Amino acid sequence: MDPLTIARWQFGITTVYHFFMVPLTLGLGPLVAFFHWRYVRTGAERYKRLTKFWGKLFIINFAMGVATGLVQEFQFGMAWSEYSRFVGDVFGAPLALEGLLAFFFESTFIGLWIFGWGKLKPAIHATTITIAVAGSWASAYFILVANSWMQHPVGVEMKEGRPVMTDVWAVLTNSTALVTVPHVLAGALLVGGAFLVGLSWWHLWRRRQLGIDTVVDGKVVIGERSEGARDAEDFHAWRYALRFGAVIAIAGFLGTAFTGHAQAQLMIQQQPMKMAAAEAACEDGTSFSVFSYSIDPSSQSCDHLTTPLEVPGLLSFLAYENFSEPVPGVETLLKQYQDELGTHYPDDPERFGQMAGQEITYTPIFEITYYGFRGMFTFGGMSAVVAIYALWITRKKGMGTVPDSRWLKNFHLIALWFPFIGNTAGWVFTEMGRQPFVVAPNFQEDTSVMLFTAAGVSPEVSGGTILFSLIALGSLYAILAVVEIYLLTRYVRAGIPAAMPELVEQHEDSDENSNNRDVLAFAY
Amino acid sequence: MFEIFADQPLLPTIWFIVIGILFCGYLVLDGFDLGVGMLMSRLFSKTEKERRLLLNTIGPVWDGNEVWLITAGAGMFASFPFWYASLFSALYIPLTLLLVFLILRVVAIDYRGKQNNPRWISTWNTLLSLSSFGIAFLIGALLALTTTGIPLNERGNSIDIFAWATSPFTYLGGIAVVCFSLIQGLAFIALKTDGPIRYRARAVQRPLMLVGSAPLLIWALLLQWKGESAGMLSYILCLVGVLGLILGYISALQGREGRSFVGNSLFVCGSMLGIFLALYPTVLPSTLNPAHSLTVTNASSSPYTLTVMSWVVGIMLPLIIGYQCWSYYQFRQRMKVEHIPDAHDPTELGESNQAVTHRSRQKEPANSPKC
Repeated sequence: MDPLTIARWQFGITTVYHFFMVPLTLGLGPLVAFFHWRYVRTGAERYKRLTKFWGKLFIINFAMGVATGLVQEFQFGMAWSEYSRFVGDVFGAPLALEGLLAFFFESTFIGLWIFGWGKLKPAIHATTITIAVAGSWASAYFILVANSWMQHPVGVEMKEGRPVMTDVWAVLTNSTALVTVPHVLAGALLVGGAFLVGLSWWHLWRRRQLGIDTVVDGKVVIGERSEGARDAEDFHAWRYALRFGAVIAIAGFLGTAFTGHAQAQLMIQQQPMKMAAAEAACEDGTSFSVFSYSIDPSSQSCDHLTTPLEVPGLLSFLAYENFSEPVPGVETLLKQYQDELGTHYPDDPERFGQMAGQEITYTPIFEITYYGFRGMFTFGGMSAVVAIYALWITRKKGMGTVPDSRWLKNFHLIALWFPFIGNTAGWVFTEMGRQPFVVAPNFQEDTSVMLFTAAGVSPEVSGGTILFSLIALGSLYAILAVVEIYLLTRYVRAGIPAAMPELVEQHEDSDENSNNRDVLAFAY
Repeated sequence: MFEIFADQPLLPTIWFIVIGILFCGYLVLDGFDLGVGMLMSRLFSKTEKERRLLLNTIGPVWDGNEVWLITAGAGMFASFPFWYASLFSALYIPLTLLLVFLILRVVAIDYRGKQNNPRWISTWNTLLSLSSFGIAFLIGALLALTTTGIPLNERGNSIDIFAWATSPFTYLGGIAVVCFSLIQGLAFIALKTDGPIRYRARAVQRPLMLVGSAPLLIWALLLQWKGESAGMLSYILCLVGVLGLILGYISALQGREGRSFVGNSLFVCGSMLGIFLALYPTVLPSTLNPAHSLTVTNASSSPYTLTVMSWVVGIMLPLIIGYQCWSYYQFRQRMKVEHIPDAHDPTELGESNQAVTHRSRQKEPANSPKC
């Protein structure tokens, strides 16, 4: 068993899984903080309900994000020790900064927030969630600085075969990081917004289905029912969440579009092969491929590639903002890479394992880069369309609700997954598109600052050992995915009372019970 | 006394100490979380409300405590990439298990009370106790092996991926940290709760301290005997550890719970730093050939990286300690079983789960015990 393949699968699986939780944490967090501040400012019941309900889902998801994030930090050393040795001087620093400047804030203040209801002064309490969210955004920044350095190494010089950091400011303001961070955060807001839209849609639909709300002459008549605290305020909370989520999702999508454009322009300069592979563009050209296919499905070569549908000039516009300058294709770039970096891996089995002496495949797997790239913006775009539709259908101030349609309800529950899929596709594209490098060469600077993925794995760790951890973590992740979705579903179905039992338990509250709440506003 | 630092590079030495402090911070703080997790087993806590009380004592703080471990790992990666790479790849299998336990603990704490169903609760409770034990044991093993050595070859890779399994230090360190966590957990429970459980914690803590401190003391003494730099400074640190232990024990006898907790914390910090310094300048000895050992010189990052990191840690660590103290201050109140509200199943409160509720009510008699 080849340790390289298994180690790559493990990293891919654990990271994609982790990145299902992360954008929801990043995207939902600021929305919960916003609701909380609105509640503190206005004292309106609606915002309290929104804070509590979405906060509950935020916490369930947050725990999974923390748990799966631990794996990320450990596996660099465990499975990728040669990589860790090579990059440690520059790559370790943002990770340590992430701990010191982000995780401590995030974890300490999330505890304060969860247990702070009724204990901390309202403004201080709202500040704790704000700090926790700021910590999560800071952690996104630091980890993306680390990742951007792998895409575009800067601020280092080679000493004794290893890059040594010479300019931390250059690392922290790496042009790649400066466009990637807003791109990822905008993508996370899209996730958070779409999450609000999908689940609020369900609740508004549910109210109609139960006959609580009716539509008469194109105007919603809001009903009330004590079971499940489905009162008028409940309606307003869901409608507000739906429309607010839709606005955030649209803004998030626009953010990803603009920053994505800036990213593509940088990528043409920094990792031209990735961009060419994203287009499956074999020859130099100006056209954006709408549809390409290959009759040789396992091919990483240009021999059988056909592009029946393309838009002339669009690719050049995306890359250079004109319609005529050709973008270099795979064939051109391949020669450049081979001239600059050689055609074969050095014949050193200790460093390159089974790849030693083999020819280097500089082209990523086209199917993955091409469809990953398209999957990313297609799912992101569809999500924005869904959000626009949701905003439009619920328009009319205070009078709109969702249609009483089972089909549309199901569609919106599915659509809330679109941005997750888009995020995953984008990451798979950018990480697989970097291959065969784990640290891609920076052609504007010293190209010896690069590392082939094949040279990054731990030398004395066998494929079987990594397979053991892949099976252990993989099966644990599979079970936890089932548990998390089961729990989230139950909490979502129960609605706001799941996070605010006092709404339906008011009558049972004895004096003794309310005294207890002074000590323990929240209890596990 | 400080002659061991002569002729050694300054910045890596500072970072060696920083890593030591981060691990000590982890042991002191998450130590009691792990202890409480283990003590939530039915062997110590008698009723479901007691178990929930225990979980609530660590509830607001355990997540922040765990970050000490994450930061110790990341700090090791940044300051000693070779130490990090060699240690983590050599301990591939135990660290995989450690990750499984770390994940399970997070999830168990968070999900345990999310449904009011005896089977659900007891499953997560068992997983919480088990994973707390596993984490404590494996962290102890990791620390013991980095102080006693791994068969590293000339490239810094372990030639035997199962070397940890046959090393007695794996088990010594593992048991040392498990015992310490239990003692720390009991001291914390005595400090944070009131009622029968407080006195039960005190009663168990005292005898346990007499026996359970032994493995850590043996480990510390072993390093003082064998460590190449064992000398005045490491002796003094070990002495601080022993004095902390005595203080912790006497305070426990007197029922001074806060002082007992401090004493225990001094015990682990003094012993661990004494252990680390006895090795200095080695950070990870090779059991194959001393020439392959990793030291502060050959395992560390460049002076530039370490300078940058020193500034950040110098500013941030006091701030972190400050706001974590504030967080503890906010939750300083002692808790009693009576403070724990009756359990309810939040997910059954919404109308949409009525069908589910009816079904479950039919299965159980109306007066089934609520946990």
